[in-house]
Amino acid sequence: MGTVILPASLEHLKEALAFLETKAREAGLDEKRALEMSLALEEVLVNIFTYAYPRERGVVEIRCSSGEPGRLAVEVRDQGVPFNCLSWREPDLETGIEDRPIGGLGIFLFRRLASRVAYRREEDTNILSLLF
Amino acid sequence: MKITKHKEGKAMVIAVEGRLDAVSAPAFDKELEELIEAGEKYLVLDFQNLEYISSAGLRSILAVTKRLKGLEGRIALSSLTDIVGEVFEISGFNKIIPIYDSPEEALSEL
Repeated sequence: MGTVILPASLEHLKEALAFLETKAREAGLDEKRALEMSLALEEVLVNIFTYAYPRERGVVEIRCSSGEPGRLAVEVRDQGVPFNCLSWREPDLETGIEDRPIGGLGIFLFRRLASRVAYRREEDTNILSLLF
Repeated sequence: MKITKHKEGKAMVIAVEGRLDAVSAPAFDKELEELIEAGEKYLVLDFQNLEYISSAGLRSILAVTKRLKGLEGRIALSSLTDIVGEVFEISGFNKIIPIYDSPEEALSEL
């Protein structure tokens, strides 16, 4: 269905999301689901932009496919530091304002928004697969 | 993202339009920091025309909320639309920041 490779930096977020929104339309996702997908992928991509390549510039690859009408499968690949975000501890939602740490929300959000999420590492590549 | 604001009594009503995401959050942070430094302690964020918020936006709002609490100020949100409301619910932020259906309601509670 389509693949894009972009530099892993925030200036390219808009381009990445525009690509994904086109794919969402092609796959027949309804407007609400497309927005949820966009939000989830922003979280995934911003994590990669922020943490994957601490010492050098890198790229991120986004692959889209549609197995069934109304569904979009997205695979995000980077060659950054090994990072299985699915093993991240989730924030405690019962915590009050004083004790809530400011980080950790992005992972929590995309895990909730996607229908399915899976992580694997192949040689030097982190691969995060999401289904909407 | 576009921000417009006006004073209502002791509170500043801040209308945020467009998207509050990783790209626009720094500008939002700066705007709110300027208001707080100018002495504003009661803020109402009117999200009627906010179409999208990501964790970057939530972080900004949380940071402002904590900052205001330290100054004995208050913050409230109003008029959240579909996906924005959903994000607040999923993240549990609807339990830690007061949310109202309209800016008027938010102002009456501040």
